[in-house]
Amino acid sequence: MIPATFEYKRAQTVEEAIQWLGQYGDEAKVLAGGHSLIPSMKLRLSRPAVLIDIGRIEALRGIREEGDVLAIGANTTHAVIASSPLVEAHANVLSQSAGSIGDVQVRNVGTIGGSLAHADPAADYPAAILASEAVIVVQGPQGKREVRAEDFFVGMFTTALEEQEIIVEVRVPKGSNGVYLKFKQPASRFALVGVAAVKRGGGVNVGITGASDTPYRAKAVEQAYPQEGVEAAKYAAEGVEMLEDHFATAEYRAHLARVLTRRALEAL
Amino acid sequence: MGKYIGKSVYRVEDDRFVTGKGKYTDDIVLPGMVYVAFVRSPYAHARILSIDTSQARAAEGVVGVFTGEDECGQYGVPCGWQVNFKNGETMREPKQPLLAVGKVRFVGEPVAVVVAESMAQARDAAELVQVDYEELPAVVDPKAAMEPGAPLVHDEFPDNAAFDWCLGNDRAEVEAALANAHHVTELRYRQNRLAPNAIEPRSYIADYNAVEDKWTLYTATQNPHLIRLLLCAFTLGIPEHKVHVVSYDVGGGFGSKIFHYREEALVTWLSKQVGRPVKWTADRSEAFLMDCHGRDHVVHARMGFDAEGKIVAVLADEYCNMGAYLSTFAPAIPTYLHGTLFQGLYTTPLIHVNVIAPFTHTTPVDALRGAGRPEATYLLERLIETGAREMGMDPVEIRKKNFIPPFDGVETPGYQTQVALQYDSGNYEGALNKLLSIVDYEEFRAQQEAARKEGRYLGIGFSTYIEACGIAPSAVVGALGARAGLYEVGHVRVQPTGKVSVYTGSHSHGQGHETTFAQIVADMLGISIDDVEVVHGDTEKVAFGMGTYGSRSLAVGGSAIVKSVEKILEKGARIAAHKLECAVEDLEYSEGKWTVKGTDRSVSFGEVALTAYVPHVYPQGEEPGLDFSSFYDPVNFTYPFGAHAAIVEVDVETGKVQILRYVAVDDVGNVINPMIVDGQVHGGVVHGIGQALLEEVVYDSDGQLLTGSYMDYTMPRADDVPFIETDRTTTPCPHNPLGVKGVGEAGTIASPAAIVNAVVDALWPLGVRDIQMPLTPLRVWQAIQKASNGGSQV
Amino acid sequence: MKVSITVNGREYTHEVEPRMSLAQYLREVLRLTGTHIGCDTSSCGACTVLLDGSAVKSCTVLAVQADGREVTTIEGLARNGTLHPIQQAFKEMHGLQCGFCTPGMIMTAYEILKQHPQPTEEQIRHGLEGNFCRCTGYHNIVRSIQRAAELMASNA
Repeated sequence: MIPATFEYKRAQTVEEAIQWLGQYGDEAKVLAGGHSLIPSMKLRLSRPAVLIDIGRIEALRGIREEGDVLAIGANTTHAVIASSPLVEAHANVLSQSAGSIGDVQVRNVGTIGGSLAHADPAADYPAAILASEAVIVVQGPQGKREVRAEDFFVGMFTTALEEQEIIVEVRVPKGSNGVYLKFKQPASRFALVGVAAVKRGGGVNVGITGASDTPYRAKAVEQAYPQEGVEAAKYAAEGVEMLEDHFATAEYRAHLARVLTRRALEAL
Repeated sequence: MGKYIGKSVYRVEDDRFVTGKGKYTDDIVLPGMVYVAFVRSPYAHARILSIDTSQARAAEGVVGVFTGEDECGQYGVPCGWQVNFKNGETMREPKQPLLAVGKVRFVGEPVAVVVAESMAQARDAAELVQVDYEELPAVVDPKAAMEPGAPLVHDEFPDNAAFDWCLGNDRAEVEAALANAHHVTELRYRQNRLAPNAIEPRSYIADYNAVEDKWTLYTATQNPHLIRLLLCAFTLGIPEHKVHVVSYDVGGGFGSKIFHYREEALVTWLSKQVGRPVKWTADRSEAFLMDCHGRDHVVHARMGFDAEGKIVAVLADEYCNMGAYLSTFAPAIPTYLHGTLFQGLYTTPLIHVNVIAPFTHTTPVDALRGAGRPEATYLLERLIETGAREMGMDPVEIRKKNFIPPFDGVETPGYQTQVALQYDSGNYEGALNKLLSIVDYEEFRAQQEAARKEGRYLGIGFSTYIEACGIAPSAVVGALGARAGLYEVGHVRVQPTGKVSVYTGSHSHGQGHETTFAQIVADMLGISIDDVEVVHGDTEKVAFGMGTYGSRSLAVGGSAIVKSVEKILEKGARIAAHKLECAVEDLEYSEGKWTVKGTDRSVSFGEVALTAYVPHVYPQGEEPGLDFSSFYDPVNFTYPFGAHAAIVEVDVETGKVQILRYVAVDDVGNVINPMIVDGQVHGGVVHGIGQALLEEVVYDSDGQLLTGSYMDYTMPRADDVPFIETDRTTTPCPHNPLGVKGVGEAGTIASPAAIVNAVVDALWPLGVRDIQMPLTPLRVWQAIQKASNGGSQV
Repeated sequence: MKVSITVNGREYTHEVEPRMSLAQYLREVLRLTGTHIGCDTSSCGACTVLLDGSAVKSCTVLAVQADGREVTTIEGLARNGTLHPIQQAFKEMHGLQCGFCTPGMIMTAYEILKQHPQPTEEQIRHGLEGNFCRCTGYHNIVRSIQRAAELMASNA
């Protein structure tokens, strides 16, 4: 119930945070909204000696139109993304996934940067991030770099973030409207399977979360879609190892992936 | 009746709750208080080789660290109900030490306790206690625990059975009737294990006063006096008058706060040991490990029918998990609160139930809302509906064929069952008819058929239930092994200015007694409800009472209060007669006044009260004062009953069940506050929906708890359920003065069967016959797959 | 670490351990025990308060994160002894039994009604996803929030 003791440092700027990350190495963790980190610390599954709070860095907040991209600051909360008219107009697959995270209270505090960095395999954003081909902007001691969505999620709770890097922004291409469908794990309400589908050109992008240890683009579906249309959903689990747990066998998860993909494609 | 009874009076409790001024045990802070953290076993079964507390003792803020090797290890918490083997052998009762000695027998069993100046320091130090274990094989399934070679939970016994019990008609007769029946319906299933999850975690504060050599124990309990008795007489051996138990507001119980737990006794012992007030409040994770679980029966049940669909026999064989130790009421739950309900609402002539109750390496199992009766109703209602479908009969018609005809217990005698109990009053067909008029059954069947043509699967399921509550007649339960009486106390004190204080042994933890008991007293006395206060939860204010559980408070607690008010009215009449210079027989009491019949000469309740305390002009030989206490021991259980229906839609692609409609018709006898009764039905029904669709405690084969938090244990949420439609019939209880029966558990008893019957009804055309609770989307989907591949049961 | 938090309109300054949650701060330091703790996985919502006007789970927010900000707890809703319409509605509609989840429910209701002053039943039930009740079956809680919407509309 009570975390282990830690030292608390409040960063005024991203650079300051990065410098401390360098100083403390893997003894330190970054705090934005804290709604993935703090629960883990309360159960003492995570015990950082130092917590670097970036939650007050204003530069990391906000949603801006930049040409044909929406630039979303890493500290933007799920509630703001879910209700943003800009996101609704240009990338509603992201607002749909944001609106399905946790509950009202969690959405008021949790941030997109924090959620993406944590990379829970059952999180909601990854499906939408992949389907919209978003770009994640990270900053380290050498400056900023851009990571494509499909390169960002590397494994369970593992991303392409290097040791001293922090997510600063998510850049979502406009024209990323679509459908996000989620089958909720009944207890945690995380995604047992979550499918985001976005029309792109004559085809479709499909991002799937919750089904495997890493969220993925359902390439087999995308490739078959121009010929088979909605029927292409049957390839949703192809070539991917499904997770197995108390709520879903691998077989059932694969089945859900196919069903949700089909329903998402039908709704597009 | 009067101004208040039968009306939905707003609750007096609510002002403090809606403003955050409730006083729950964890809210209490005492000067010098220290905090406790437990070190708990990570293994389901292990030998304790050594415990090293030296680092913990040296940690910052630590006041003391104790293990089973200290004096507290000599003490153990008792079991309060003895159920012996059917062959006469005594029930096997292992010692349940406050801290594990030598061995641990379930994950979470407390092994050491750390006391420190702050909660955080106690937690930090607890991590420094080093325990060396030798892991041993474990068994978690109650049936597997009885297999030869199963790991033994308690070495002093030859096998894992706590007892092997049966009830009902002669088994051979019942088996013969089944063998000769026109049709037998058979079900094998597990009654899923549940965690109670009152939202307030358990909390205890013990404050030992060395000057008075007396403890005050603040506890989140459903029954303060019972705790005091068990703690003093059975656990710590303290003189009973030396412990003052105080329980203010309690945030839900559902059975889990009845029991006398080890932590409660330890905190009490620790307070004297360290000479400071000691507090412990459970984490939710600890609650999952330590708060007694419910249900967990492995069931083989059969129901035999004749050609007309009349039930000829019911036979059930069950393995009912006790967990690693016997908790306070545990043996009674699958026996005398379960087998005794196997008559149901039906005229079944032959019934036999056999229960083997094994120990396993799991959390102890005890009463959880419904306590034995949901299990009985589920068994009967699944069997009768499945039987109807198998025989091509309508599930409503088959029930009507089998219902016991109406009886009121006054003109027509109570119904004697084959399983010990005698029902008090009932009109079962009346409740079902009322349900059908609300549900429009014909219309639904038409909708169902139309939907099937569109590939949508709707289903309707019924549950006609009866339960035994208002526990209980002391002599009866004593003969059945209870080690306590189950009466209640009601003390009514009138003050000189006519204000009334009611001291009840019942202990509301959400039921609204402060309002409903005041309604009764105010109406009987014809005074304003604002002039009545209800006091509960304090062993120094209230004489011995047995507490609130088993839907007993109104039937037993309320009746005790009625008796005392009657005594007050009786004495008041004598005082009034003296004042009015007439005979007592000349008076009538109404609207708060004694009036000489046929005149307008009267004297008010208030005037009589003042006279009783200022007895200047007063009947000779009459004592001053207007203050009476009564103990009420019911002559029988009470038997609420009802008919529920659930209408569901199943998404056969995903297995997700949506409840479209839930209708509950309940007969709880007379109703004091309809709003409160409806609230109990809503809550009870949703709790049962939780069992049917969502909740399950799961252990792996090593006894590790896989569902130890809300991340894995599914609680019902607001978007899981619709509004619950409620209605009532009223068949008064003939044997208590209020004519009430009790409602707290009724919803939980009825709803699982209604839900599962509905899902099976929806999926019957696909070949599905039974699905194991909880009906998670996975299980429903698997059942559909299996049925379409030729199998029919999951 | 020193924190200054405005709670129910009054500013408090205390030295706290960084690991202290806002819920603990409210309950243990300020002795505002109306905010309750019911779980350890940020699931049950009994600890819900308003942080800068928005509902949050105070068990999952560190006191240091609330530094310099405004908190409203259940104790801060009633004004001069007059119940807030949401509190009044819960009382009228029997939206509580044991009362333990109630402060959190009421604070979340505040948020729901802020987002949807005339909420549908679905919006209410969905809005309550992060609040558990074991007693009421949610029936009367939903009715209470519907009633609160009526009361607040007629006050406006």
